[in-house]
Amino acid sequence: MELLSGGDMLVRALQDEGVELIFGYPGGSALHIYDAIFRQKGIKHLLVRHEQGATHSADGYARATGKTGVVLVTSGPGATNAITGIATAYMDSIPMVVISGQVPSDKIGEDAFQETDMVGCSRPIVKHSFLVKKAEEIPEVVKKAFYIASTGRPGPVVIDIPKDVTNPVDRYPYAYPEKLRMRSYTPAGKGHTGQIRKAVALLLSAKRPVIYAGGGVVQGDGSELLTELAQRLNFPVTNTLMGLGAYPGTDKRFLGMLGMHGTFEANTAMHHADVILAVGARFDDRVTNTPNKFCPGAKVIHIDVDPASISKTITADVPIVGTVQSVLKEMLEMLKASKEMPDQSAIVDWWRQIDDWRERHGLYTAPRYRTDGDMLMPQEVISAVHQITNGDAYVTSDVGQHQMFAAQYYLFDKPRRWINSGGLGTMGFGLPAALGVKAAHPDAEVVCVTGEGSIQMCIQELSTATQYNLPVKILCLNNQALGMVKQWQEMQYEGRLSNSVYEESLPDFIKLAEAYGHLGMKIEHRDELHGKLAEAFAIKDRTVFIDVYVDPSEHVYPMQVMPNGSMRDMWLSKTERT
Amino acid sequence: MRRIISVLMENEPGALSRVVGLFSQRGYNIESLTVAPTEDATLSRLTLTTIGDDHKIEQITKNLNKLIDVVKLVDLTEGSHIERELLLVKVRATGAQRDEVKRSVDIFRGQIVDVTSNMYTVQVSGTSEKLDAFLQALGEHTIMEVVRSGVSGIARGEKILSI
Repeated sequence: MELLSGGDMLVRALQDEGVELIFGYPGGSALHIYDAIFRQKGIKHLLVRHEQGATHSADGYARATGKTGVVLVTSGPGATNAITGIATAYMDSIPMVVISGQVPSDKIGEDAFQETDMVGCSRPIVKHSFLVKKAEEIPEVVKKAFYIASTGRPGPVVIDIPKDVTNPVDRYPYAYPEKLRMRSYTPAGKGHTGQIRKAVALLLSAKRPVIYAGGGVVQGDGSELLTELAQRLNFPVTNTLMGLGAYPGTDKRFLGMLGMHGTFEANTAMHHADVILAVGARFDDRVTNTPNKFCPGAKVIHIDVDPASISKTITADVPIVGTVQSVLKEMLEMLKASKEMPDQSAIVDWWRQIDDWRERHGLYTAPRYRTDGDMLMPQEVISAVHQITNGDAYVTSDVGQHQMFAAQYYLFDKPRRWINSGGLGTMGFGLPAALGVKAAHPDAEVVCVTGEGSIQMCIQELSTATQYNLPVKILCLNNQALGMVKQWQEMQYEGRLSNSVYEESLPDFIKLAEAYGHLGMKIEHRDELHGKLAEAFAIKDRTVFIDVYVDPSEHVYPMQVMPNGSMRDMWLSKTERT
Repeated sequence: MRRIISVLMENEPGALSRVVGLFSQRGYNIESLTVAPTEDATLSRLTLTTIGDDHKIEQITKNLNKLIDVVKLVDLTEGSHIERELLLVKVRATGAQRDEVKRSVDIFRGQIVDVTSNMYTVQVSGTSEKLDAFLQALGEHTIMEVVRSGVSGIARGEKILSI
């Protein structure tokens, strides 16, 4: 058997796992590993400018491809800087393996230079973690880490490796395990057939059904089956923020997003539904509003791979634990075999009702924002980008108003195209995530929708884009304030804008982009919007920072009424309430 | 409602901290906790008591099961079971008190395991309720120090928790 050092073993194990790309940042405790990376071919390493960027890039890569993102950082600050990105991946169930260097074994616990208890720090935000004690453990630990990260409900796994374990002197026989057996970990597979039969009967009896699909459908590659099911039954579909693209956004059965900034028709249909089919969604508080007022007349079917997600906040009448793919497949087979269909006249009436809601306040039947003012509206900017990119771009986003406008107005027809930090709401996610997507899909159009607040949280990654020639479009909806914070302050704090404005301190983003070797473009007027966007999107080989000045007074609507509101209680504009 | 949950988990470093962390992270209570290796050295058995309604207990067991180190678990309070806790208590025992304390110890089927001229060290085992009753019977003024092991438990009959 071949003899390898710990560092070489780690790199070889990653190769054997099929890893192509690592996002990372070197430092003392990781140097043996970095030397092993230098001496190999096969795995490409992208040097980021901050470890948070590494985790978000690996996260974007994972979301866009379905593969596991890989991060390599050093001990101490390297590891703690990665924490925000690990938490982001954890909240959105993204497969990720984070390898952190650690101080040498004999120094652990002595407050050594750059020592942090990484396993301890990351414990609440990982699916699992390993502290490697001996080099011989490395192949099996790597195998387990990738298996755990990518199966069941995916999530981040940390491998913490003390420096002595990767030293180049001591060599050990290397073999990558072909199979794994873990007695304590069995991810859910097929759903219970009896439960699926009950669910099918309930779907067939439905008169006012809604399919509520979440990120699990995207992550679990269940979009095609979900689409087939919805179209066969002619049921309306709403997607969560994480689920956008799970069902085609431009299809007539799509009601738009639901929840806090969901459409009037999606939230109202949910409230009045008699049967809700929840697929790979987790009844998040940003979806349900007040749980005891949630959809009072609905029977809930809940499909999820994670049993702990079922009946956590909303009790499921028909719980089904299993992968989205296997359960939807079995459901479709039963429906096809039975040849039964729901009461068609009831479904027609239901659609008539929904179309009436759409007509009254729907986001897609008429512009629900002012178009007569001088300033560009953020919504029209997103719509214009949707048009110019034929709705086919990978869109990453930061967090705030721009994120909600992108979610509402860029109608995603395919899964894995909408990449945002839904659960944790991490500002700074968008740009590094976009670079991760671009690294995975070099020929694809990648747009980072951001704001002048969020972009400054990981703006250093503009330099990574330069080094590795990752040309993305950065669309900054510049409203010169922390827009979502400001919106809440205006709605709930009588307009006291506590620390949500910058007082003339914003940088010149055009010059800043140029300083990093990119192109900058400013858009201020409606008549130049389409022309300049077309110009920017015609550039394929450079990163373009498009700084769009939008109406700073605009709010995101609809917005559910809180606290104590139900799904259907919404502000539709600054003055109009349901 | 009070529950006794018994967990079989990998005897690995960090496994205990994951269980304890889960409780603090999700706002669940731990009333008592005991843990020790089993006859199979690769496994530990952890027993904890907690209080919560059915919904909370369901979430606790689901989230415990999600931990990669947890192999199997059982809510012992769901069926008939035997539970035991060990109590060691140092009791002031001088003059007439010595006989009085000894009588209480006999009533509760405890043992005096150490003696000084002023003090008895008493060992009592049983359900937590019985131990509470014993401490109450002693009366607060005589108690110098108390240590309790936390609850251990096992199902009655042929039901077993093993892999």
